[in-house]
Amino acid sequence: MTEPIGTASDTLLYLNGVTVSFDGFRALNGLSLVLDPGEMRAVIGPNGAGKTTMMDVITGKTRPDEGEVIYREHTDLTALDEADIAALGIGRKFQKPTVFEMHTVWDNLLLALAGDRSPAHTMFGRAPAHERTRIEEVLATTRLIEHRARRAGDLSHGQKQWLEIGMLLAQEPQLLLVDEPVAGMTDAETEATAELLRAINRTRSVVVVEHDMAFVRALGVKVTVLHEGSVLSEGSIDHVSSDPRVIEVYLGR
Amino acid sequence: MRAITAGDGVTLVAVAGGAVLLAVLNLATAPDAALHVPSFVLPLAGKYLCYAMLALAVDLVWGFAGILSLGHAAFFALGGYAMGMYLMREIGTRGVYGNATLPDFMVFLNWTRLPWYWHGFDMFWFACVMVALVPGVLALVFGYLAFRSRVSGVYLSIITQALTYALLLAFFRNDMGFGGNNGMTDFKDILGLPLHADATRAGLLILTASFLCAQLLLARALVRSRFGKVLIAVRDAESRVRFLGYRPESYKLVVWVISAVMAAIGGALYVPQVGIINPSEFSPANSIEAVIWVAVGGRGTLVGAILGAVLVNLGKTYFTGALPELWLYALGGLFVVVTLLLPNGVLGLLRRRGAGNGAVPTPLPVGEQPT
Repeated sequence: MTEPIGTASDTLLYLNGVTVSFDGFRALNGLSLVLDPGEMRAVIGPNGAGKTTMMDVITGKTRPDEGEVIYREHTDLTALDEADIAALGIGRKFQKPTVFEMHTVWDNLLLALAGDRSPAHTMFGRAPAHERTRIEEVLATTRLIEHRARRAGDLSHGQKQWLEIGMLLAQEPQLLLVDEPVAGMTDAETEATAELLRAINRTRSVVVVEHDMAFVRALGVKVTVLHEGSVLSEGSIDHVSSDPRVIEVYLGR
Repeated sequence: MRAITAGDGVTLVAVAGGAVLLAVLNLATAPDAALHVPSFVLPLAGKYLCYAMLALAVDLVWGFAGILSLGHAAFFALGGYAMGMYLMREIGTRGVYGNATLPDFMVFLNWTRLPWYWHGFDMFWFACVMVALVPGVLALVFGYLAFRSRVSGVYLSIITQALTYALLLAFFRNDMGFGGNNGMTDFKDILGLPLHADATRAGLLILTASFLCAQLLLARALVRSRFGKVLIAVRDAESRVRFLGYRPESYKLVVWVISAVMAAIGGALYVPQVGIINPSEFSPANSIEAVIWVAVGGRGTLVGAILGAVLVNLGKTYFTGALPELWLYALGGLFVVVTLLLPNGVLGLLRRRGAGNGAVPTPLPVGEQPT
């Protein structure tokens, strides 16, 4: 294993030369990225830069043609499927809020709670007492306390986004991948979401993919700019937004 | 949360009460009494309840796990064949050829020895185990391969259809040893009780009603459990469930096998009441009809499946008697009308009426899984 950037031992997630092609189109092109434990990272880039494909590779939805994805020193995620990766403590929030619309807010969180995922357990297992407390906590964090008994399908767009973040929290992951959390949110909701993500980041690592530059600025974290499937620039928001290559990609066409 | 819904309560009372009432009115009244129920009604009602079990099984996988099976009648028929084999062996020397071990059709084919897979079927308990085991194992193997390969939606429906069609062709063959085209019939008795006696028929009807009620309670407990919540989540957003760390294929497989066994029990109770089992039970149209019953009654409601199966089959009995040419058109028309006008079936209509009277409507699952 060659290690061009740092050593894998003090990293949480390490992508090395990841390439994914769809019918000849290179969605990811030798992408390399290192995430430290406890870090929050913003990933930005124009449409088609490979942001969502990157999420797909990390969570096992897409297998890369080349490259490796190492989680916590020695687990190669490319050999595992979605359920295994989720069990390792990697949670994902989708671009379009995906909650279980027919279930209540409470049941959505119940299904997301960390625990045994086997059919035998969900059929016969006893619900431990601490589950209720944990759900109450998540409801409080995501400001959904009064909505617990509502069907998730009846929530507003912003509330669905929050419910999905709540489901991520209930999973108790070590690493959260959050795809465009503020798409379609009002300014007040956006601000509250930034605050929520910062609070989450106190105990967990977070990768946020976002289009909204104001939101990324509000997060105040290290930014990775993707372009045509690889890293174009990396650093603080001020650094990347003054990078001439980034300016050209964003404004040059 | 209550263990059953109001609809379940009404259904349990109607099914169990109806069966007992029919039995009593047949056995305890004189043939010329005004309230007398003619004997042919008992196995007819029993047949409807067996179909209701098939519908319940279809609704469990289609309504709650999003698996549209167009081959569920295969499990029903396999359960029926297992029971049929017992009933054949039970005939013994009373067959046309008077052979103590070989069923008539084997003697007719000049077979001299009982095929190995017919051994044990002279014992009722063995046949009962096979009723559940054979369809269960088939469902397990089929489901394991299909769900592991993430076959879903229309593709899965097509291969379930292929499964039942393949079985239809296989059972048609004389050398399969299941009576070929004619299947099995001329049964005499079950556990020594004559099948044509009113008391046996009444007993079978009540037994069928009991099994249907038990299956409804089981299915309700299943869909109300956390397991059932995962199933509904799989139906509505399968990939989301995966990213939560569940394996949708395991959940589908478990419910698929349970559903297959439920259908098979329906088939096993069907055969002694209608008195015949032949390969036409595997015909793809039967499975599609079962899906129509569920759609008519109300998908994803369990109770609706039972209601739909009984209503449509009452209609079928009437139409095939009065206007036989029109039945298929009526069935097709019914499906179109229900799909266009009653997306939640008859039960949805009843609930809408109920809501108008101030009752609280239960949210109904709507929307197809994207394929």
